[in-house]
Amino acid sequence: MDFGAINPTILIASLMVAAVPIMLAALGELVVEKSGVLNLGVEGMMIIGAIAGFVTAVHTGSPVAGFAGGAVAGALLSLVFAFLTQFLLTNQVATGLALTLFGLGLSSLAGQGYNGIKPPATHAVPFGPLADIPFFGRVVFGHDWMVYASIALVALVWWVLRATRLGLVIRAVGENHEAAHSLGYKVNRIRLGCTVFGGAMAGLGGAYVSLVRVPQWTDGITAGAGWIALAIVVFASWKPWRVLIGAYLFGGITVLQLNLQAAGSRIPVEYLSMSPYLITILVLVIMSSGRGRAGLNAPAALGQNFHASR
Amino acid sequence: MLKLEKRPTPSTFWQYGTPVVAVLLTMVAGGLLFAALGKDPFAVIRTIFWDPVFGEFAFYLRGQLLVKAGPLILIAIGLALGFRAGIWNIGAEGQYIIGAVIGASVGLAAYPTESRWIFPAMILGGAFGGWLWAMIPAILKTRFNTNEILVSLMLVYVAETILAKAATGFLRNPDGAGFPGSRSFSSYKAASNPEIFAGSGLHWGGVAALVTAVLAYILLERHRLGFQIKLAGQAPRAARFHGVNPARLVVFCMGLSGALAGLAGIFEVSGPAGQISIDFNQGYGFTAIIVAFLGRLNPIGIVFAGLLMALTYVGGEMAATNLGLPSAAVQVFQGMLLFFLLGVDVLTNYRIRFFWGMK
Repeated sequence: MDFGAINPTILIASLMVAAVPIMLAALGELVVEKSGVLNLGVEGMMIIGAIAGFVTAVHTGSPVAGFAGGAVAGALLSLVFAFLTQFLLTNQVATGLALTLFGLGLSSLAGQGYNGIKPPATHAVPFGPLADIPFFGRVVFGHDWMVYASIALVALVWWVLRATRLGLVIRAVGENHEAAHSLGYKVNRIRLGCTVFGGAMAGLGGAYVSLVRVPQWTDGITAGAGWIALAIVVFASWKPWRVLIGAYLFGGITVLQLNLQAAGSRIPVEYLSMSPYLITILVLVIMSSGRGRAGLNAPAALGQNFHASR
Repeated sequence: MLKLEKRPTPSTFWQYGTPVVAVLLTMVAGGLLFAALGKDPFAVIRTIFWDPVFGEFAFYLRGQLLVKAGPLILIAIGLALGFRAGIWNIGAEGQYIIGAVIGASVGLAAYPTESRWIFPAMILGGAFGGWLWAMIPAILKTRFNTNEILVSLMLVYVAETILAKAATGFLRNPDGAGFPGSRSFSSYKAASNPEIFAGSGLHWGGVAALVTAVLAYILLERHRLGFQIKLAGQAPRAARFHGVNPARLVVFCMGLSGALAGLAGIFEVSGPAGQISIDFNQGYGFTAIIVAFLGRLNPIGIVFAGLLMALTYVGGEMAATNLGLPSAAVQVFQGMLLFFLLGVDVLTNYRIRFFWGMK
């Protein structure tokens, strides 16, 4: 195998880009799950964000508008999920699956006629001379603004969940909805808010896939990134900074296997391209083995619906 | 304002009523969608739901209904047993693919021998392949407490890569001038799965689906294991006191649904699809999830649900060729159906009360 053809500086720089979509989606899902809701529709919301962001950016010519459009579309789709699970008390697993199936169909319907178009470019933030420093210039100062925004969002979510009243309420609702309800908190409304935040983040991540990572539109463009994001939340034990680590780890694996393919490694292409999924399974096994739900640090009321019956 | 009030017992009327209401609501919402796409909604709905059964080409399309419904029913019954027990196998698509690849390998290994044992061996290979692929999440769940939803889904992507490798590599037709795809099963008599009555659309997969539905119904209603499945889903704690071994139930439900998905895969590849190709799988494994819920996780209900879902496939293709409806619109339509089903189901367990002002 020839590792010599792979430049470590470029590898690290590109893994930071590759990690952004799953990091954003996983961070959103973390907040959703912290409030006790399991939304398995991440993949569907991501791909809707990808097409909505792409269409908006192509028509307005502005990638910023594209990202906004992706986030709004993801949030709208998650609103359907929130309405069904919080007010019609549907099964969260089944509704999440429905969201993914619906999102995949709707994105491919909406994306007709957008194949082969190039979206407006998202440029690197101009850091001036800083970008010319060897290694650090490329790795730290050579990215577009979304890479920095995603890291800032991790810090923000960490701070909100840990140090604010809002964060405490979200965690209370997710750990014990009966107790939160008897303290006078509107369990269903708080969960609705968290779900919509998660949808917006997944949509944002999806928009990053179609606007920066790929960048173009093809059917099924997210290729399971939403499911990997769900796995990263488990990997991260529901802790925001570990989401960052997890996303960089998976970004690294994705980029490395693509580089190995390009470098003409002797490992067959098929085995390389299935590796991110296999490693996800492996990580899940290592994280879950020998531990119950509490040991994993999962929110106690995760996946349970709440209905205030008087 | 609206308020939900829990019913003392689930409503029998709505248990049967919800699928019907959901289908009607989907037709309305789908009609709006088709109108937004610039198509005449009434023409589209008629093309999808009426023409395949009673229209001009119904003599051919009715057969197509059975062709599509067979694998959907077969997969959905397996999934429904698991869903009832609270075991979420959502990677049926992967088990379907692996079943097809292993079953086809068995048949192709014997090429060109003609023997009546080849087809049964392929069927066994298909069921074994699906079972094997489902055992991965099952064992990981029971041994390491790993989430079966994520693992079974990840394995779909792995299975798709293996399928690509099979079609372009180890199962590629050596006489195929380098084109991807295996040898054709329709021209290899011992391994083919033709229609049992010409023009009926019924092949051995359809027969297997109907037999499985009856057997699954008996299992659920008359057998101890069926009772344990239902109990584990509704009251996991009570199930443990009753002596249900959760690990064994996971292995049984996952294995059975995997084997049924694998069966559907090999019937499809040796019959309607005709060969292993990169994209012979049409997402049946995912659509079957909708079929399972539409049939209210009941084997007999699933038979009707599978036929109805097949109608949207066949009618959707008709609408695509005759009215220029994008094929993805049918996928959206199917997704909406699941939303409405889940949403309307609230009426089974809750009553909606209207009241004025705040309370």
